[in-house]
Amino acid sequence: MTTVPTSSRDQAPGEPPPEAPEQPPEPGRGRRSPLAKREGRVAYLFLAPWFIGMVVVTIGPILASLYLSFTEYSLLQPPEWLGLENYRRMLEDERLHTALRVTFTYVLVSVPLQLALALALAFFLDRGVRGLSVYRSVYYLPSLLGGSVAIAILWRQIFGTEGLINQLLGLVGIEGQGWVSHPDHALSTLIVLNVWTFGAPMVIFLAGLRQIPAMYYEAAEVDGAGGFTKFWRITVPLLTPIIFFNLVLQIIGSFQTFTQAFIVSGGTGGPADSTLFYTLYTYQRGFGSFEMGYASALAWVLLIIIAGFTAVNFLAAKRWVHYGD
Amino acid sequence: MATDLESIAAPDPAALAARRRRDGRKRRLLKHVVLIVFGFAMLYPLLWMVSSSFKPSDLIFRDASLIPSQFDFSNYTEGWTALARPFHHYLFNSAIIVFFSVVGNLLSCALAAYAFARLQFRGRRLFFAAMLGTIMLPIHVVIVPQYILFSELDWINTYYPLIVPKFLATDAFFIFLMVQFIRGLPRELDDAARIDGCGHFRIFWRIIMPLCLPALATTAIFTFISVWNDFYSQLIFVTDPDLYTVPVALRTFVDSQGESAWGPLFAMSLVALGPIFGFFLAGQRYLMRGIATTGIK
Repeated sequence: MTTVPTSSRDQAPGEPPPEAPEQPPEPGRGRRSPLAKREGRVAYLFLAPWFIGMVVVTIGPILASLYLSFTEYSLLQPPEWLGLENYRRMLEDERLHTALRVTFTYVLVSVPLQLALALALAFFLDRGVRGLSVYRSVYYLPSLLGGSVAIAILWRQIFGTEGLINQLLGLVGIEGQGWVSHPDHALSTLIVLNVWTFGAPMVIFLAGLRQIPAMYYEAAEVDGAGGFTKFWRITVPLLTPIIFFNLVLQIIGSFQTFTQAFIVSGGTGGPADSTLFYTLYTYQRGFGSFEMGYASALAWVLLIIIAGFTAVNFLAAKRWVHYGD
Repeated sequence: MATDLESIAAPDPAALAARRRRDGRKRRLLKHVVLIVFGFAMLYPLLWMVSSSFKPSDLIFRDASLIPSQFDFSNYTEGWTALARPFHHYLFNSAIIVFFSVVGNLLSCALAAYAFARLQFRGRRLFFAAMLGTIMLPIHVVIVPQYILFSELDWINTYYPLIVPKFLATDAFFIFLMVQFIRGLPRELDDAARIDGCGHFRIFWRIIMPLCLPALATTAIFTFISVWNDFYSQLIFVTDPDLYTVPVALRTFVDSQGESAWGPLFAMSLVALGPIFGFFLAGQRYLMRGIATTGIK
């Protein structure tokens, strides 16, 4: 397996990729030639914008937000040190617990569904389908649009009391209900929206499937294997690195979902906090009531949750991901 | 299945082969039917939105069909002027941000990528690992301090908070994309140029950049789409209605008019999706390659 799996593994956080083999070893530190020194200086010039961005826009703010998470800060007065108070407050914050429940439900339900659909369709599309590129594009389109405000608006109508879904249900004589306006169903509409954007992982699966040598399937067919056997015994095991890659990526992304919940609920996370995503709650605390200290603590906990999930994923991967070589 | 027993000597191989071919054709046809029906179901909401944008608002609630009984552009004219400013004002605002974001990302990420892919310097491995580490960083962790920083600079309600970071290579996955691409280019080209007396900036600009066009195109398209669709940071940094971008304007529209104006809302939503759809049609090759190598949406 070449390009896709290696680059996928490289891109995972915290895992530096292997250096390109053709590059000469770095010269010893003590005696760098004038030429090497000059090259170093030029390199720092090339990297100057990135350095500044890294310090001012990324690392600086990460550390600042860690500091702020121990303070009370409303932008008007200087931050006031609170110690662990913000974190203690999180233990008693009922709305936060709701937000956690909503977000975990969303991630744990929508990501497996989305990936299963992506994998099934990639397998279905992979071999010998004419017009593959057309199907691929059609299925991929929702991934491009899914995060936009416009689609969230469409969703709000489709699943509204008088929306498209209820019209269609009406055609077959079922009386619908307000989906986005009902606390039991509002989250499901957002899960459907996330599953709808299965196209991006599907394209990644397709790229991975192309790396599986056709002779494996041919050999299995000679041995009398049917479609299901081929899928479970050949495709899935050989694709585990890509499944893993997509899983990590989608989990990280889904934890950060914001726009869809914001638009569908009008920024409230309602009805009855049923779409109060973690990010939405953090936004409300930070930019609704300007509790910058508490919002920073929330954001750091989100970072820890995401990092924790990713770490668990990497650990569990040892058990089920096979890197053929 | 009897036909699978081909390894056992069959009485009439020719008849068997013909039957297999027939079966195969039937299966293929069935596959296409399933794929088309499924694709249609996926796109149905979008198609219905297009058709509804031409229907009077009251008909949207009663008509699930895709072909409107009459074509009516009043939703578009009504939506265009429904907010404080005409809709092209917001389109223009979004276009400004997108334009500078694309230019900024292309320049800053390409510069950094060249250094990582081609130059030797102290701390290279460490910096590269740090760069990769920021690819997946949630924006929510940095947004509060960024907001404080930008308000200290008096940049709230300007486009600087949205544009300036792009000139500082903060979208690390585009650096990664270009590093991978540059590593695939033959080094002999650089060496030949260096023998001819080219400095690194000339090599970068005259040799590497032109060869990087596919990676640059992928970066440009993905930057365009993500910035055009971006709602979160535009919502936070831009609160002056005159400076609203398309996503923020749409949000105001849906919250102020709500359920009473689905027709105009759909019309303007489609206007907002138009450029994305255009890039989707024009740049598919780069999109597919970009996702396959980096996994971004």
